[in-house]
Amino acid sequence: MTKLDSKVPSGPIAEKWTNYKAHQNLVNPANKRKIDVIIVGTGLAGGAAAASLSELGFNVKVFCIQDSPRRAHSIAAQGGINAAKNYPNDGDSIYRLFYDTVKGGDYRAREANVYRLAEVSNNIIDQCVAQGVPFAREYGGLLDNRSFGGALVSRTFYARGQTGQQLLLGAYSALSKEINKGAVKMYTRREMMDIVKIDGKARGIIVRDLVTGKLERHGAHAVLLATGGYGNVFFLSTNAMTSNGSAAWKAYKRGAYFADPSFVQIHPTCIPVHGDYQSKLTLMSESLRNDGRIWVPKKKVDAQKIQKGELSPVKIPEEDRDYYLERRYPAFGNLVPRDVASRAAKERCDEGYGVGNTGLAVYLDFKDAINRLGKNVIEARYGNLFQMYEKIVDENPYETPMMIYPAIHYTMGGTWVDYELQSTIPGLFVGGEANFSDHGANRLGASALMQGLSDGYFVLPYTMQNYLADQINVPHLATDSAEFEQTEKDVQDIIDRLFVVKGNKTVDSFHKRLGLIMWDYVGMARNKEGLEKAIVEIKELRKEFWGNVNVPGEKTGMNVELEKALRLVDFLELGELMARDALDRNESCGGHFREEYKTEEGEAMRDDENYMYVSAWEYKGDDQEPVLHKEPLVYENIEVKQRNYKTA
Amino acid sequence: MDLKLKIWRQTGPDVEGKFVHYPVHNISKDASFLEMMDILNEELVANGEEPVAFDHDCREGICGMCSLFINGHAHGPDDSITTCQLHMRKFKDGETIVIEPWRARPFPIIKDLMVDRSAFDLIIQAGGYVSINTGGVPDANAIPIKKENADLAMDAAACIGCGACVAACKNASAMLFVSAKVSQFALLPQGKIEAKQRVENMVAKMDDLGFGNCTNTYACEAECPKDISVANIARMNREFLAAKVS
Repeated sequence: MTKLDSKVPSGPIAEKWTNYKAHQNLVNPANKRKIDVIIVGTGLAGGAAAASLSELGFNVKVFCIQDSPRRAHSIAAQGGINAAKNYPNDGDSIYRLFYDTVKGGDYRAREANVYRLAEVSNNIIDQCVAQGVPFAREYGGLLDNRSFGGALVSRTFYARGQTGQQLLLGAYSALSKEINKGAVKMYTRREMMDIVKIDGKARGIIVRDLVTGKLERHGAHAVLLATGGYGNVFFLSTNAMTSNGSAAWKAYKRGAYFADPSFVQIHPTCIPVHGDYQSKLTLMSESLRNDGRIWVPKKKVDAQKIQKGELSPVKIPEEDRDYYLERRYPAFGNLVPRDVASRAAKERCDEGYGVGNTGLAVYLDFKDAINRLGKNVIEARYGNLFQMYEKIVDENPYETPMMIYPAIHYTMGGTWVDYELQSTIPGLFVGGEANFSDHGANRLGASALMQGLSDGYFVLPYTMQNYLADQINVPHLATDSAEFEQTEKDVQDIIDRLFVVKGNKTVDSFHKRLGLIMWDYVGMARNKEGLEKAIVEIKELRKEFWGNVNVPGEKTGMNVELEKALRLVDFLELGELMARDALDRNESCGGHFREEYKTEEGEAMRDDENYMYVSAWEYKGDDQEPVLHKEPLVYENIEVKQRNYKTA
Repeated sequence: MDLKLKIWRQTGPDVEGKFVHYPVHNISKDASFLEMMDILNEELVANGEEPVAFDHDCREGICGMCSLFINGHAHGPDDSITTCQLHMRKFKDGETIVIEPWRARPFPIIKDLMVDRSAFDLIIQAGGYVSINTGGVPDANAIPIKKENADLAMDAAACIGCGACVAACKNASAMLFVSAKVSQFALLPQGKIEAKQRVENMVAKMDDLGFGNCTNTYACEAECPKDISVANIARMNREFLAAKVS
């Protein structure tokens, strides 16, 4: 078995990153001009890396799927970004942010990566303020902080409920500055179709121009994927419609190991599902849990009346409400981590205490906060979220408690990367949600933005340079080589095959069925039997897809159905690997909850003896089983214990 | 609900387009407008017809990708939201709904309801940033900012770049979009240093790209899904004047 080398530098944890930077290889300014870098994706990780690498002097080509780099899905993050600034003087530190993140991830993240993340978190806030990001401020003119789940300190910086938007626009502005200089070449409405490898190294990509339908070849000395997560494998998720797993999946099929694919985050505060025509789920920011209290009726009969529309929640007296998070987790209350809050909601609903007409919802109530602080304060804090809720559900959350239910939100799993964020394909780097490295089995709120910008501004510009220092004698990559020819042909073959099928079912009808299999068996609660069933059903669905899908229109020109079909081809394979990974992991940890492995109180039960590893899957061919490699996780700077949110 | 849709179809940028009528049936009033469009497209695909092309992505009103002109209004009849947040309960059973793309010369049609808004990116590239590089910046709290100014800057920065302001304006003016970015930086100390070049370069680029002038009808503000205020246009005019006389 290949040994996975995480390349974590030696030395005390607090000095590893400083030492790495002090000893890494650099490229001199004249040589930087000779080196080309491809970046796929313009979210926080991709946008920030593109701007930063261009500022250093590399030639950067950037690709995005939307019509503008400003629309990447990072834009939808609402609540905030963590940093260990300790501005509120409430006891925060780099170590505490590191500790909370490792603990929140249920001890399944790589220690050294998380420490580096906590370490550069403060630089991110400085950088964004210097760019003109309008973070929330106190009357004294200094920055304001709020609390998020899984922490006892207030370390979250925010820009109303639009923090992701403002941070992304910051990165976009930096990128725009570089485009204006002519240092970055921007390609919009392009989707990456495959990675081109030459002599084992990543040397380029094949992209499809979504307007003309033409395939294009682009070569470079190194490739960075910052293509986000694969939550849309579930069909319904909080992800944007074009968010997909294809770039990561193509990298996997070209030899990059895929790590912890079963680790997905189910966000507790989303607007519940309302109909089978529904196209996506809408998140209500976790920040709402700062002031909202989560409850269901104490009496089953009340819940049933609510489900039938015979009783209004405002009529239920205080003593008949079960604030189950405050009851079960007195220390953290409504601010327990996401996986814990989601499972607790599912538990109540499964027991019959759920509300809404489906019984698959719980209340998030602002009555007490409005009484305590006044409606104006709540409106100033969450006004845009309340408005969004009202537009979708047609109820006024200032008067009637919000209804929420967990939904797929984020994928902790992703392409396996080492400390340098390099995959097992030399020259292929992966940043942001697309890699696996920092969040273990559960990501804490306000940490995704932190990781995206950390990778993009402060990690990749160093680590990629370390790799590129070796490449200065490699000329610009010509795209007429046999490798480019063959890879483009591979892509064209899949497109041709899709048009040959001429079946009678739409792409979305298959995607919805895949989503149901995933949600039922690979979702919030999993078990051996269900996972085995999922693997069989996904295989059957895949076969049916290739026998009966209808892709209308032409190969050339814009063809949205073809785009969706190509993404689904990959989801239909990725879903199976997720089930396999969940089946291998005979324990419960973070977002991965196996019903066979829980404590008497129903909490997740880890098995550190046997499963304290990152699972890294190697592709062996379409007709062969993937091979599992294990990267053992070693904790030298943190005591591993069962997560406890009951007492502080 | 049963509805009669009248949709603009155009196969490419240089081809003539036309309205085509499509009836849709049994639409839930709780469906979003784009989910209604999805249902139509599923039917078209099932019948072997080309689905209607339209831009959309996040479907929660923040990415700025969706862009339909519905019954004469950018983003439809509801206030302060994008098309993706519009719900069918805002329409009546049996109603005819006219759906068009943004219409403005600087936003050429790509296909059906999809337009090319890269002109907005070009305007931002002309100066919508603070020219600092990654690293070497002061501590975040070393730059105190009055809360009122930070809030006003945030109001302006909330622009999602959807182009509704241009589509709503009889002159296809981009003043609301440009002024929102100019204002964000004009209100913050970080933006002061390059204030002069920024407003001059962005306005020059806007004019170059063929956007029209502002004639104070406030249609842009009325149709803006993020309630960006025309006060930003006044601020930009002041900045522009100050730049020209300094």
